[in-house]
Amino acid sequence: MQYESVIGLEVHAQLLTKSKIFCGCPTAFGAEANHHTCPVCLGLPGVLPVLNKKVVDFAVRAALATKCSITHSSRWARKNYFYPDLPKGYQISMFDLPIAEHGYVEVDGNGSIKKIGLTRIHMEEDAGKSIHDAERDSSLVDLNRTGIPLLEIVSEPDIRSAEEAGVYLRNLRSILQYLGICDGNMEEGSLRCDANVSVRRVGTESLGTRTETKNLNSFKAVEKAIRYETQRQIGVVESGERVVQETRLWDSEREITRTMRSKELAHDYRYFPDPDLMPLVVDDHWIARERESIPELPSVRRERFVRHYGLPPYDAEILTARRDVADYFEAAVVSCPDEAKLVSNWVMDVALRFIKEEKLDATLKIREWPCPPEHIGRLVSLIKNEVISGTIAKTVFSEMRKNQLSPEDIVEKNGLRQVSDRGALEAQVEAVLAENPDKVQAFLAGKEKLIGFFVGHVMRATGGKANPRMVNELALKKLETLR
Amino acid sequence: MRITSDEILHVAALARLSLSDEEVTDVSKHFETMLKYVDKLNGLDTEGVDAMSHPIDLPTALREDEVTTSRSESHIRKIMDNAPNTRQDFFRVPKIVE
Amino acid sequence: MSLHTLTINEAQTKLRLGEISAVELVNAVLTRIDATNPYLGSYLSTNHDQALDQAMEVDKVIREGGDLEALSGIPVALKDVILVEGMQATAGSKILQEFIAPYDATVTERLKRSGAIIIGKLNCDEFAMGSSNENSAYGVCRNPWDTERVAGGSSGGSAVSVAADQACASLGTDTGGSIRLPAAFCGIVGLKPTYGRVSRFGVIAYASSLDQVGPCTKTVRDSAILLTAIAGHDTRDSTSVNRPSPDYTQFIDRGVDGLRVGVPREYFVDGLQEDVKRAINRAILQLKGFGAEIVDISMPHTEYAIATYYVIATAEASSNLARYDGVRYGYRAKDVKDIATMYLETRANGFGDEVKRRIMLGTFVLSAGYYDAYYLKAQKVRALVRGDFEEAFKTCDFMLAPVSPTTAFRIGERIDDPLTMYLSDVYTTAVNLAGLPALSVPCGFDQQNLPIGLQLIGQPFQEETIFRAGYTFERNNDYYESRPPL
Repeated sequence: MQYESVIGLEVHAQLLTKSKIFCGCPTAFGAEANHHTCPVCLGLPGVLPVLNKKVVDFAVRAALATKCSITHSSRWARKNYFYPDLPKGYQISMFDLPIAEHGYVEVDGNGSIKKIGLTRIHMEEDAGKSIHDAERDSSLVDLNRTGIPLLEIVSEPDIRSAEEAGVYLRNLRSILQYLGICDGNMEEGSLRCDANVSVRRVGTESLGTRTETKNLNSFKAVEKAIRYETQRQIGVVESGERVVQETRLWDSEREITRTMRSKELAHDYRYFPDPDLMPLVVDDHWIARERESIPELPSVRRERFVRHYGLPPYDAEILTARRDVADYFEAAVVSCPDEAKLVSNWVMDVALRFIKEEKLDATLKIREWPCPPEHIGRLVSLIKNEVISGTIAKTVFSEMRKNQLSPEDIVEKNGLRQVSDRGALEAQVEAVLAENPDKVQAFLAGKEKLIGFFVGHVMRATGGKANPRMVNELALKKLETLR
Repeated sequence: MRITSDEILHVAALARLSLSDEEVTDVSKHFETMLKYVDKLNGLDTEGVDAMSHPIDLPTALREDEVTTSRSESHIRKIMDNAPNTRQDFFRVPKIVE
Repeated sequence: MSLHTLTINEAQTKLRLGEISAVELVNAVLTRIDATNPYLGSYLSTNHDQALDQAMEVDKVIREGGDLEALSGIPVALKDVILVEGMQATAGSKILQEFIAPYDATVTERLKRSGAIIIGKLNCDEFAMGSSNENSAYGVCRNPWDTERVAGGSSGGSAVSVAADQACASLGTDTGGSIRLPAAFCGIVGLKPTYGRVSRFGVIAYASSLDQVGPCTKTVRDSAILLTAIAGHDTRDSTSVNRPSPDYTQFIDRGVDGLRVGVPREYFVDGLQEDVKRAINRAILQLKGFGAEIVDISMPHTEYAIATYYVIATAEASSNLARYDGVRYGYRAKDVKDIATMYLETRANGFGDEVKRRIMLGTFVLSAGYYDAYYLKAQKVRALVRGDFEEAFKTCDFMLAPVSPTTAFRIGERIDDPLTMYLSDVYTTAVNLAGLPALSVPCGFDQQNLPIGLQLIGQPFQEETIFRAGYTFERNNDYYESRPPL
């Protein structure tokens, strides 16, 4: 029997505002416990919420970027439940009239574009944090996170595989990062994801019973959990039992999902309009203003990179996944527009690996990176103009990282300029051929791959500075004369 | 309409109120009286009437995204002094089991 | 001279003329509290030392010829749901028995800025839920006209403190009649301002879409003085309306000549006590005599107001009171081993019976399967109730009605019959549902010498009009001068 999984994702994105959604407390990370709180976010008696306008700006931006329709007059609702890190005993959220509905995010699967529908986007306040392992019989509650603005983005059950879920989530993250509204760090919890998964026989239309899996704090976890949950549910169905509708937790150690022991006595959120907040009215003028602030989005930019720079789709995909990387590439390619592919190689290969090593992935730090993009462009120009070889370029690059000098200065200071003196190189080629008569014979007998051996030797003998193209040409010419 | 005592207990659980047997009886009686009284609303035709959540019609107020709260040590002390149980400015509660 | 009997207006004048000092005034009031509070139970706490310090400051300013603020040296007391930094705020509940407010409510800030001396915190029904002030965890507050009778609620302490001369004036809150009813029962002036006119920031919420802070005073002029001090837009309250708030005292003496007074016929039906009806009718005739035009109006949805009110108020309350969980402040049940028990026991022991009843009802009407039938239905009927007023105000400038069908009832008389208790608010809740301003003014006494209240209901943000009518009525009668036999 063939099964398919039906997946919908619920994403919570922490918004990059300076202050909380309903009070003037800072959102900055890392304060002492409860030091970023005030009577309002602590839910003291008598306090009232006042909405941070920036949160609405960001929500409108996200809605526009995902082609949602924006609700002219949306409504705040209280979601009632008890938990020690939820100070008021309710979360201010949106329910029947969210700020945006009916959008989509495009995913590219095997060359064809598919639209994953968005049911809704709404704003809400984050809860605090409870620490369970500090003491044996107690838990500790820190409410610094309480009231940090969140965007909840709910997809339709349009996703059909773990891989597709991964692509959707990455694309969504890219969009949020491009908009400058969320840093998208799953490990630190600024981007969170719950997965609704059900399975059904291929060819059937009706949906199976779904489970909701929480605690997915990396892209890998999302994909693994969906795979696990799919297999688990298929197993349940195959054995003739029913899937139970429930909330499950991803256990990243054991790589399984497990039932949450019920922490609630009873469950019924009793949503109702928050009487402390009036309807949120977003007029056309406001929408137009936000529309203007939206940058070129990743999918559009990706296409342009292919079209304009002639990059392979793979390169364009990698480079445009992050706005800062794409910006970096474009600043680099200015000085050598004809060598976009080479610049792309450098940015992807070296720069991205460096970002990964330095764990700069966490935040949008590339702008602070010591090596300005113009220098990458000029490094490529040096290669292109045969001032240095690709090998030497790597040496130059590691110097650039260290001391911020321009590639030209590094080449001059360290005497790394490529040797393109025909006479000198000819002598080197002849010497190498003379030293390896057996390899010469083999070459002449048809083992033409050995050209690399000769060129390599010359390069080594010159400390990498020889012009490899010229060495190649000279060696071939010389070998021809030996036929 | 009649509300069973199971329903009363369910509502009490939602509201996090532990009720004694006497209280369950009292609340049941109260529910019966009140729901019967409130039932008169059903005699009214509200077809096409918009629900009214607020007594005044205003768009909600907005504030600029600025950090405005001061977090002086004395402020934190005033907060913590009201707390039943703390440790190093954390609120301490009996173990939460997930 | 008994200084504690002074109105705000009289005290202001005497302070300015140097006839009395602020310290004398504050001392007189504190002495009065000490003498009468043991059997009235209106104050839950007083601010003795600070009040005297503040009074000395005021006297110094006066001696040095400095400028006085509008309420400089005036002793004002607050219902214990209004936060004053450093003072207790119990809301009449055990669950907040040790809570010390870490910040000032906006109205507190405004009173302080106006120079008022916060003299103490006043008894009330727990979380403002009640019509008799019998639901306080700190004891019943008694009616000074007959201490075997209720003060009315929920702002019982606010009304009693003024009626018994324990303060020049006080603030209460009104969610379904909680200022007007005790004002009527105690023979003082009580105002429920338009929703959004006075900030709710720092006021412990009962039902957020209905609650409003208002003054309890000895005279209509004092009411206007106090409203002027506390009203106005507040950026910390999203339901506060951003429109200018005038000096309300400047309109009060303009009379009622030419004003149209609506008299809703549905308010004069069965259950209205005979001498209350007589007093109200006498008031109608008086206003007519002063040039007002009497208009017969109909409010067809009047009989639905209480049912609507109880659904909406309890629903909002069930959510507003969820924060009392023993985690961050207030009472926490002792010796609980797990978090679930902590919630259940804290809330079971911390809340009183009536609060629990209302939390239960409110939770129920919002719960799955019942939301549409109860909560949503009530919200629609609320719109119909407001519609009645809108329709009526096309033909009148303000309305006149009783505050309550009866005068103050006996302590214990209705406590075991919640619905009968709720029906005390039959003439007041509709005003809250519609968000309108309404003034309760003394208009006579019944055969047992218990005060009767006249209710003047205004159009939104037209407090001026009901002040004019109330002042006109007050000037031409002497009910406000009567003092309870203490």
